[in-house]
Amino acid sequence: MSQEHLAVYEVFVRSARGLDHKHVGSLHAESPEHALMYARDCYIRRSEGVSIWVVESKNITASQEEDTENFVDPMDDKPYRHATHYVLPDSVNNM
Amino acid sequence: MQSVDSAAEQAEFDRKIAEEQKIEPTDWMPDDYRKNLIRQMSQHAHSEVIGMQPEGNWITRAPTLRRKAVLLAKVQDEAGHGLYLYSATETLGISRSELIDALQTGKAKYASIFNYPTLSWADVGAIGWLVDGAAIVNQISLQRTSYGPYSRAMIRICKEESFHQRQGYEIMYALAKGTPEQKQMAQDAMNRFWWPSLMMFGPHDSESAHSGRSMKWKIKRQSNDDLRQKFIDQTVPQIEVLGLEMPDPEIKWNEERGHYDSGEINWEEFYQVINGSGPCNHQRIKHHKAAHDNGEWVREAVRAYRAKQNQKAAESAA
Repeated sequence: MSQEHLAVYEVFVRSARGLDHKHVGSLHAESPEHALMYARDCYIRRSEGVSIWVVESKNITASQEEDTENFVDPMDDKPYRHATHYVLPDSVNNM
Repeated sequence: MQSVDSAAEQAEFDRKIAEEQKIEPTDWMPDDYRKNLIRQMSQHAHSEVIGMQPEGNWITRAPTLRRKAVLLAKVQDEAGHGLYLYSATETLGISRSELIDALQTGKAKYASIFNYPTLSWADVGAIGWLVDGAAIVNQISLQRTSYGPYSRAMIRICKEESFHQRQGYEIMYALAKGTPEQKQMAQDAMNRFWWPSLMMFGPHDSESAHSGRSMKWKIKRQSNDDLRQKFIDQTVPQIEVLGLEMPDPEIKWNEERGHYDSGEINWEEFYQVINGSGPCNHQRIKHHKAAHDNGEWVREAVRAYRAKQNQKAAESAA
């Protein structure tokens, strides 16, 4: 079987206990178990992490960059969602 | 007698706790650690959700469009915080429906302060300033809790919560510097919410049923009384800036301790409200049930959609 026909897996690594898993890259593999082993060999050779997640790329549903404006609205018209919007007297401004 | 395996697992767990490492969902953990977390985290989640009711009471009556937009955004945040916390609790192996059931049948508690009514617009200011202020003191401390998903939820919540307290204080400041009637509204709201806010930190350390073990396991990082003192110390100067009278005549700076002294909380009231006899306990749960039941058609539609999608996928695969 050629490399192209193997499924692509996305790799997420937790660098230390207590932190979120972060996306680090992807690889081809013939099964999730193998993807995990390859990820170990590829991505954490220098103690970059304590835990790995692999997920087949096709199982990720993603938003599209070009839709950002409509889909991931920055809500710039709602400045009151930010703490800095509220003007308080100096002596209590560290609230 | 413990088997060799579970003794080793316990030792490994103890080592992680001692070394300030986080416990993650797939790690072995003692049953009581898991149970204690489910109790505390679900209580926290329920508080976020029930807490929407007293404030939601004023959304349609906010004095200006700006205040209304702010209050909507805040209540929306609380719903989101409930979701973060329910999801984090579910990593411990309990389902959302079990959690909701425990709330509705009274098996699980939520912060007793939400059993008090919001009688005037000033109450919305007092809640943002005092109730969110007290919650923030507690949640900043919980960012260092030993359970990874809880800690990460707290970090996210604290970041979003920063505006809640400031918008509340802004309301209080506007009223306190307004007409004599407005100032009186602010004074009255603060007086009513002051003591319940102090109760949010829970019983005295000497009386707290779960504190000792929670501290040992580093679920809680600071004691109820220490956190309460911290809240009092940071809030008294804020009352002075408002120019309001102290809600407790015994509040006085203690040079020797480097803290404010204050009067004793009415613990009888605390236990009465916690155990179901507060002014709004019945109403809060009744409303939660009604909202949940009224949402059943949405959940039904979601399940029908899923079934249809699954059927379509099966047909196209065949």
